[in-house]
Amino acid sequence: MTEVFGVPVAVILGQLMLGLVNGSFYAILSLGLAVIFGLMGIVNFAHGAFYALGAFAALLGLQWFGINYWAALLLAPLAVGALGIVVERLFLRHLYKLDPLYGLLMTFGLALVIEGTLHQLFGASGHSYPVPAGLTGAFDLGFMILPIYRAWVIAVSVVVCFSTWFVIECTRLGATLRAATENAPLLQAFGVNVPLLVVATYGGGVALAALAGVLSAPVVLVGPLMGNSLVIVVFAVVVIGGMGSILGAIVSGLVLGVVEGFTKVIYPEASNVVVFVIMALVLIARPAGLFGRE
Amino acid sequence: MQLRTLTIGLATALVSMLSAAAVFAAADDVVIGDIDDLSGTYADVAGTGAVEAIKMAIADFGGTVLGRKISILVADHQNKPDIGASKFREWADQNGLNVLLAGSNTGVSIAMSKVAAAKKIPFIALGAGGASLTNEDCTAYSVHYVYDTTALANGTATTIVQTGGKTWFYLTADYAFGTQLQNAASKVVEANGGKTLGAVRVPLAASDFSSFLLQAQGSGAQVLGLANAGEDFSNSLKAANEFGITKKMKPAALLAFITNIHSLGLETAQGLYLTTGFYWDLNDETRAFSKRYFAKTGKEPTMDQGGYYSATLTYLKAVKAVGTTDSDKVMAELKRTKINDMFAKGGYIRADGVMVHDMYVMQVKSPQESKYPWDYYKLLKVMKGEEAFGPITGLCPLAPK
Repeated sequence: MTEVFGVPVAVILGQLMLGLVNGSFYAILSLGLAVIFGLMGIVNFAHGAFYALGAFAALLGLQWFGINYWAALLLAPLAVGALGIVVERLFLRHLYKLDPLYGLLMTFGLALVIEGTLHQLFGASGHSYPVPAGLTGAFDLGFMILPIYRAWVIAVSVVVCFSTWFVIECTRLGATLRAATENAPLLQAFGVNVPLLVVATYGGGVALAALAGVLSAPVVLVGPLMGNSLVIVVFAVVVIGGMGSILGAIVSGLVLGVVEGFTKVIYPEASNVVVFVIMALVLIARPAGLFGRE
Repeated sequence: MQLRTLTIGLATALVSMLSAAAVFAAADDVVIGDIDDLSGTYADVAGTGAVEAIKMAIADFGGTVLGRKISILVADHQNKPDIGASKFREWADQNGLNVLLAGSNTGVSIAMSKVAAAKKIPFIALGAGGASLTNEDCTAYSVHYVYDTTALANGTATTIVQTGGKTWFYLTADYAFGTQLQNAASKVVEANGGKTLGAVRVPLAASDFSSFLLQAQGSGAQVLGLANAGEDFSNSLKAANEFGITKKMKPAALLAFITNIHSLGLETAQGLYLTTGFYWDLNDETRAFSKRYFAKTGKEPTMDQGGYYSATLTYLKAVKAVGTTDSDKVMAELKRTKINDMFAKGGYIRADGVMVHDMYVMQVKSPQESKYPWDYYKLLKVMKGEEAFGPITGLCPLAPK
């Protein structure tokens, strides 16, 4: 078998694939964070909790109302997004005039409350969500067995990330959103309802987190802490990409998923820190992040 | 103004709740402490269920001992050794703690056992697996009650290697417990003519296991040794199924609790071999206890939760027998008396602190075999205590070989 640096090519291709799957989750999650930060200046620490809520919404929808995976893919983000809107109206809107630190603390507290509530209601050990009927089984790629569901995750992620980027960078709605971040009072003077834009943005960002949650439900056990370790990594991804940069979040999400995948082969013990090492290096070399504006 | 009143009201309520939780032990009480993971990945293994088990034991004992009221202190160590150790020290110094029951996490338990030695307070490890607690890290006040890595390996690894699984690759949780479990298992495997082909150390609470699993598959080993626990165990087994790895390799659950099997479902978990110190559906006594426990919690007890009940009773019986809570006298009594209750028959605490009792090698039933809720295990073998926990190693200075 052909080898590169003593590692068989098949293994490299396999890890590349898995890295892309994990990177897809990072990309969707960091995308939501980047949108929220870019347009609102809120560091949304509750992102991991909304991710878990998305997965729970899918799980409970299935158990209580028989809502299948395909419907959950749409309904769970809508439901959790609506909750996000409530959160924005009740809590976050009071904090815009203050230092971003207050938003961070607010959302961090919110994450603890959500995770604690889920823990109280459903326990810590997690619940199984079945892989949807049409996506069971696996592709034999020759160098590895790729479960069809994981390939589906990559596909959904690419579509979602690209369309979000397209909406924000290439449409009139996106232009208005970006204008709101540059100069909200002026935009309001033109008759645009800025508070509505902001609330829609937060709802949208939160819905993205919930979508990632639904996508991950068949892959891992659905439990209250499922977003807990993930959200820290995703923050590092956003910082590396450049806070608020949409393209940066997507690209660095995918790339870091792959980097992490290779670390798992070369030196597995370091796989949970490699992203942070890169973050530190990026902050030293380019404090605004790889795609951020200086 | 209204908002301010509300804030002050809330703050007052919070503060009063906090103080209520921390200080409800009067000076004269016999105080049982429980420090465990109440909110993290191991919270369902012992957690609040274990607190319920302690309460049941105290109620069954009559609520008092030596004419003194029995009270409980509970704290969450959040899987952080420093939090566990400092809480233990605080209770020992300020709350008149008489015995500590310690829940999941070997790392935290090792840190707390040092405090037990310094403060001379009986320390009963119930959730941690690491056998070092009664070897290198043993103290005169330590008891290891439910299971340890040696017993798990002797049960599960022996069974698998004797039924043909000769070559092993391990997925190991990267902390004290995982490495001890892997070492114990590979010793057993090699003693039975098997071989270790490799291992990968996985950071605790990893979000994805597929990458590690492909490495395991690449090794060509027959057995996938899962030297991890809690959600890590469940998620790694789930991914192994998804990637078709369980078709080529036989998974070995070196530590699995019934709550893990419950969350995975029998479809995924069927056929697994595992070793447990207690099973709710073992006999009439365990069923009677579990029925009462289920009525309070809505779940069947894990081996840790069964162990918490038994350990609380064992401690209280010892206090009653010697007529004092003096740590040295109670420890001597604990090591002198046989333990006979719904958890253990003829169990005894050895000089090194191991509670030697029968362990059970189980196989997880298929969905067709399971006849009623929580009917998950079939009993393959009862391992006698001496066989399960092995001879005294001599690593603990209190118990020379």
